[in-house]
Amino acid sequence: MSSNEVPSREVARRVFAEEFNDASYTFKESDDERAPVYLLLPTGEKANRVFLVGTLTEKEDVGEDNEYWRGRIVDPTGTFFVYAGQYQPEAASALRDLEPPAYVSVVGKPRTYETDDGNVNVSVRPESISVVDATTRDRWVVETAQRTVERIERFDQEGNEYGRMSREEYDLPTDRYKTAAVSALQSLEEAGGDELGGSDGADTADASDSESESEGSDADTASPEPNA
Amino acid sequence: METKAEASETMSDLRNHAEEIAEQFSDHLDIDADDVEERLQNLVDEYRVPVDEARRSVVNSYLDEAGLDRDELGRGGNEEVHLADIDQDEQWVDVTAKVVELWEPRSESISQVGLLGDESGRMKFVSFTTSDLPEIEEGKVYRLGNVVTDEYQGNFSVKLNRTTSIEELDEDIEVGDDATTVEGALVDIQSGSGLIKRCPEEGCTRVLQNGRCNEHGNVEGEFDLRIKGVLDDGDAVHEVIFGRDMTEDLTGITLEEAQEMAMDALDTTVVVDEMRTDLIGRYYRVSGPELGRYVLADDTERLNEPADAEAVLIKARSI
Ligand SMILES: [Zn+2]
Repeated sequence: MSSNEVPSREVARRVFAEEFNDASYTFKESDDERAPVYLLLPTGEKANRVFLVGTLTEKEDVGEDNEYWRGRIVDPTGTFFVYAGQYQPEAASALRDLEPPAYVSVVGKPRTYETDDGNVNVSVRPESISVVDATTRDRWVVETAQRTVERIERFDQEGNEYGRMSREEYDLPTDRYKTAAVSALQSLEEAGGDELGGSDGADTADASDSESESEGSDADTASPEPNA
Repeated sequence: METKAEASETMSDLRNHAEEIAEQFSDHLDIDADDVEERLQNLVDEYRVPVDEARRSVVNSYLDEAGLDRDELGRGGNEEVHLADIDQDEQWVDVTAKVVELWEPRSESISQVGLLGDESGRMKFVSFTTSDLPEIEEGKVYRLGNVVTDEYQGNFSVKLNRTTSIEELDEDIEVGDDATTVEGALVDIQSGSGLIKRCPEEGCTRVLQNGRCNEHGNVEGEFDLRIKGVLDDGDAVHEVIFGRDMTEDLTGITLEEAQEMAMDALDTTVVVDEMRTDLIGRYYRVSGPELGRYVLADDTERLNEPADAEAVLIKARSI
């Protein structure tokens, strides 16, 4: 019960959809049954929790007997898939009530599942979903670009065990994530200050901006569709 | 009268010099302040040498004894420290600080007294009339070489003295307030947040769990507002406690309104649910003192301004 025994909370990693969807390898760092499961990010970091902000473009109840909501959340690089059912009552009710398109932030856990054809798809099981404004979304893009760049910078450093793990498990060049971060930042600059004008509660203004961004990205179609 | 005062001033002055010199050589020679004072006094009283010259002469003779050059000693050899790192009495240090405030000296022996500040925090300083130093000005930044730390009842200050070098710098310092500042997205609000009840016993403010205080058992609790939140910047997590005022500011829900909400719903958890909806997933910057693993929020700012994309872009392109 002492506060000293409280295990340290897992950091919510910042990762763009493109990189997140490239991840597939999961691991534990202890034999304990309840030990946290980590998703290995291709830029060399472990993620037990993520924080993302993007545009909810679609939601659908894909459950059969019970409600099971799927949301598509778009960032400048691609699409996150978010699933919430009866064990995530707050997130499920948030998705039920939300009217896309809307800027949302999600705190959640990465989940992987193997498809029939042997591919591993990755999605987010939300702990919370909140409606946010355009400034929060922009802030997240900058922050996520920064964290991504920092991971790439550390990637080859001696002693970076997750960098080493990524080379072994993925063998993906980190350049593409740098390119994605740069183009995400550029998309903000192109949008200029216009989109900030309608930041508070002006859903229509937010929506038109985000639509044009998602159209500009072909990563959407490249994302694995869960339950395909 | 006049001469007596002057004489005693010179004596304490000599004593100060003696202590400083002894301290300067403490790593090199086994000398004590009494011996140094005796030598100084001899020169000043017997040979009518001005104090400064006496000091020079004594220091030179010790330098000879120790086989040292003047610049290996004292000035410049100190550690440059941040004010918040000062935690020992009688240390000779250098600081770079802004004069935050000047106070009215309460005694003729004090030439200036006030507050210095650097990025790490603030600290009282004193300079004495006998040290004959140039005055420092409020709002300006100085590099102060060879100041000595002082402790009184657990509070630290720095004393300027005759050996202190004062160099005005053409820069500004954002003065810290001994508080940490953390920022990030609010990713969670922990249990024990929202409308809570505290133990009403004198001096006990424990939060009740099911109407029970850990110390005093079942009591009639008093309502309060609090948020225990988690700020996460993608690199580290910080646990933050927002007290009643901060919680009211942040959520726009007053204690009275929270009680009404709870009464209408016959449930106190509606309050924290509402707060979650309002706060989670947004970015905040919080400043305040640290208590254990918590930062106690004195100041909270919702981060609404756009972040600096350009800086990250430059960095991204450089790797
Ligand atoms: Zn009590």
